[in-house]
Amino acid sequence: MSHAEDHSGDRRDFLYYATAGVGAVTVGAGVWPLINQMNPSADVQAASQMRVDVGGVAVGTQLTVLFLGKPVFIRHRSEEEIAEARAVAVDDLVDPIARNPNLGDVPATDENRSMPDFSGENTGEWLVQVGVCTHLGCVPIGDGAGDFGGWFCPCHGSHYDAAGRIRRGPAPENLPIPVAEFVDETTILLG
Amino acid sequence: MSGIPHDHYEPKANWEKSLQKRLPIVGLIYDTIMIPTPKNLNWMWIWGIVLVFCLVLQIVTGIILVMHYTPHVDLAFASVEHIMRNVNGGWAIRYIHQNGASLFFIAVYLHIFRGLYYGSYKAPREITWIIGMLIYLLMMGTAFMGYVLPWGQMSFWGATVITGLFGAIPFVGDAIQTWLLGGPAVDNATLNRFLSLHYLLPFIILGLVIVHVWAFHTTGNNNPTGVEVRRTSKKEAEADTLPFWPYFVIKDLFALAVILVAFFAIVGFMPNYLGHPDNYIEANPLVTPAHIVPEWYFLPFYAILRAFDGDVWVVILASFLTGGIIDAKFFGVLAMFGAILVMALAPWLDTSSVRSGRYRPMFKWWFWLFIVNFFVLMWAGAMPAEGIYPYIALIGSAYWFAYFLVILPLLGVIEKPLPQPDTIEEDFNEHYGKGGDGHGGATSPAASPAE
Repeated sequence: MSHAEDHSGDRRDFLYYATAGVGAVTVGAGVWPLINQMNPSADVQAASQMRVDVGGVAVGTQLTVLFLGKPVFIRHRSEEEIAEARAVAVDDLVDPIARNPNLGDVPATDENRSMPDFSGENTGEWLVQVGVCTHLGCVPIGDGAGDFGGWFCPCHGSHYDAAGRIRRGPAPENLPIPVAEFVDETTILLG
Repeated sequence: MSGIPHDHYEPKANWEKSLQKRLPIVGLIYDTIMIPTPKNLNWMWIWGIVLVFCLVLQIVTGIILVMHYTPHVDLAFASVEHIMRNVNGGWAIRYIHQNGASLFFIAVYLHIFRGLYYGSYKAPREITWIIGMLIYLLMMGTAFMGYVLPWGQMSFWGATVITGLFGAIPFVGDAIQTWLLGGPAVDNATLNRFLSLHYLLPFIILGLVIVHVWAFHTTGNNNPTGVEVRRTSKKEAEADTLPFWPYFVIKDLFALAVILVAFFAIVGFMPNYLGHPDNYIEANPLVTPAHIVPEWYFLPFYAILRAFDGDVWVVILASFLTGGIIDAKFFGVLAMFGAILVMALAPWLDTSSVRSGRYRPMFKWWFWLFIVNFFVLMWAGAMPAEGIYPYIALIGSAYWFAYFLVILPLLGVIEKPLPQPDTIEEDFNEHYGKGGDGHGGATSPAASPAE
């Protein structure tokens, strides 16, 4: 093979790769908007915070609000529920992480899942969590449903206890806690 | 096509010759509908035509329904009721479309089981089988998205559960799920895109159906004996086959007429028998129905999805080996899609050189057990995920995988097949007698004493 042919081969190879490379980038740039249009639109992304008045939620009852397209359970727990939830050892749990973004990566004790009131004292009375089963996204049934006195998902039979922690069934994680805090005596700010 | 010797289209009139030279479309249609077809095909070979009919029925009724339907979360449910109550004949169109989906799946399952029993997936028809499996997957996607459109409770929660499957994918699951839904939960964006895709996919299916037909016209049809049509001479080929038109078209249309009597009886007298009453309650994101069940045609795979929870040893093992990346939820999703994947791989998993189950004494038992198991899974999928049912679903799922991954490969090695007929003609004469020479010709002298 002559020296000159080597050169022309190199040049041609370069042209092939350069053309293919530029072509791939162009196609990618053209296709990306067609894919990205399916991501959440600006108005969907904009809805991010919500205030909820919990003054009327009596002890032992639950308020469900729709926040970001998902139900949020706000439960005013009774003494029995708190006692029951606090009696559980973390070692007995399927998911030992609290799943509480307000606190970070902490163990799933009841104290780490319930919400402090406006004074900052965590009596365990308030439990706020996203009411979406961590298995496949159904809304669990509340008011002491299931075998662990908390929530029960009717779709595939996941049982959650009185602190919303997964105890049995196919769901892999505890019910997630949303970013939330009391902004006065009776108002919770979600988001 | 098909390598089977037969008469091809010959243009006679001048305009025919001139058209054939410029665009050989008449010749293409002629050769397609006159394709030599094994003359021993039984009644299990009607489902292909029934399926084509279903596809056309769904496309036509679907186009009509979209003329009256509104894809918006506030209006969709009411617009379906508008179709049912106000649109002229709307109730009939919608009930036909709704039950047409069920007829479609009855036919596709029988068509698939026919292929599994008579070994239609084996060489050289693997491509036909793979295309068929792609069509089946697209059918499931189309049916699922169509079911969401009426925006009832089952629509909404079915969509939530099924899109949740994608959320189970490690690392990228949440992003994919959000991308599919167009927001944090099933909402208006989801409904709009589902209508768009529900309208698109049937036309992709139509394209694949053409490729499917093209593939088996190239290899020739399988038949109940699994013995190939003789291609050595036209005389022998004609002794094994009859042209598709008119013989098989009339047979298939007769079968279709019988099936449509039953179909329209259901549409007329019990149109909601296969549906769920919950879907006549408008979608409510705050209340999950007490018992979510998919439509009957998804139940076997739904049972497989639910069968693998965290207590099953394979799930625990998979979770351990992957360091927790494959959890119970993702394992269930993998099992569900894997169930269809192993079926698609049947041509390479079945080691037997004998095509038809008719000549496979051991295979027969395992095959019928597979069919029974399919219905057991369907039943288990409809039951709540409590008590004994998950165990039944687990056993059924295990058999599904064992059938494809263990039984089919092993049977080819240990089974002693029964003797097969040498030719299709021999099998045909055995069943129907040598009643005259008839059409299609014969190669044995006894069949045509006039010679």
